[in-house]
Amino acid sequence: MNTVEFTALVGVGSLLAGFLGALTGLGGGVVIVPLLALVFHVDLKYAIGAALVSVIATSSGAAAAYVKEGFSNIRVGMFLEIATTIGALAGAALALYLHASVIAVIFGVVLIYSAYTSLRHGPRALANQPPDRIATWLRMDGTFPGEHGLESYHVRGVPLGFAIMFVAGVLSGLLGIGSGAVKVLAMDKAMKLPFKVSTTTSNFMIGVTAAASAGIYLSRGYIDPGLAMPVMLGVLLGSLAGARVLVGANVQVLRYVFSGVIGVLAIEMIYSGITGRL
Amino acid sequence: MSEVTIQRSDQKMDEIMGSLLRTGVVLAAAIVLLGGVVYLSRHRVPVTNYRIFAGEPAEFRTISGIFHEALAFHGRGLIQLGLLVLIATPVARVAFSFFAFLYERDWTYVVVTVLVLGLLIYSLFGGHA
Repeated sequence: MNTVEFTALVGVGSLLAGFLGALTGLGGGVVIVPLLALVFHVDLKYAIGAALVSVIATSSGAAAAYVKEGFSNIRVGMFLEIATTIGALAGAALALYLHASVIAVIFGVVLIYSAYTSLRHGPRALANQPPDRIATWLRMDGTFPGEHGLESYHVRGVPLGFAIMFVAGVLSGLLGIGSGAVKVLAMDKAMKLPFKVSTTTSNFMIGVTAAASAGIYLSRGYIDPGLAMPVMLGVLLGSLAGARVLVGANVQVLRYVFSGVIGVLAIEMIYSGITGRL
Repeated sequence: MSEVTIQRSDQKMDEIMGSLLRTGVVLAAAIVLLGGVVYLSRHRVPVTNYRIFAGEPAEFRTISGIFHEALAFHGRGLIQLGLLVLIATPVARVAFSFFAFLYERDWTYVVVTVLVLGLLIYSLFGGHA
């Protein structure tokens, strides 16, 4: 296989990964790492480096649209980015000491959790939360464009949300993913943000979190240009296409199918990790 | 009245931030694509072995090395430059937020953005080889 063929194959695979990631709401990174590691037999370090870069591209691209529409809560995002960036630096440092098989097993577990949450999310009634002292002091309460004009909401549980965000950052730095599922858990469950606000704010934060560990991965030589090029371009185009399909189409069935695919990838990652094939 | 002003300035901040992110991603993708074309047109050799981790050479790991390679119009140097622009995009967004919060005299968030920016700069320039 020559370089052009390899690039084309990885590019097509990344296109599919980005498409899948956007449809399921899991993000491209979570699909690209198993794809590179299991199908293309790429070393986990290179796979994670390339995935991180694609994560920055898709999240920044999507965040550009959400921020303009006024869904993302910038103050909540900025404040929690302290936790995710510290976590990401810690995760990238941790990656040096953990064996590839351990990383593969953690990856598989996170993948299963992410696939599971993507199946059961949906808008919930969280209106009329009482104001919270810390959130009020941090001026986090906000508004978002709802069905009947601007709707306001109160933010709660800042310390718990901050703690979960640190974990999300560690996973992001360790595995090269956006860990959107954990971020949404922090904002949705702990901080009681409206669903649309927590998903878009999570997306807004993913770029910064990934950039924090990407700098370290770049200087460690994990980001290979020949590999990252088709991955970044493919995932970006795939996720743009996925976002288009998502508008209007009933994707519930597709979501089940893709979550099944991701579940299989997860088990394969864990199995490869345990048997030491990575 | 003051409520309205705050709402408006935040909305303006959102719009500028959105444009900044979009520009960064488009610019990065364009540079990576250009680099990819140069790389593939000159590099029709058997594929690099990614099965075993060897690490990138210094010219693809350091900011000065990447600029040097990109200015020489080498494909892989250009790709790395595009990826560097991509990594810098969220950093630029945080830097912009810093000035926006400073303008709004929102001191709590000025401190928050300084902290995040400091961590990001440490990651990019800390030298973790």
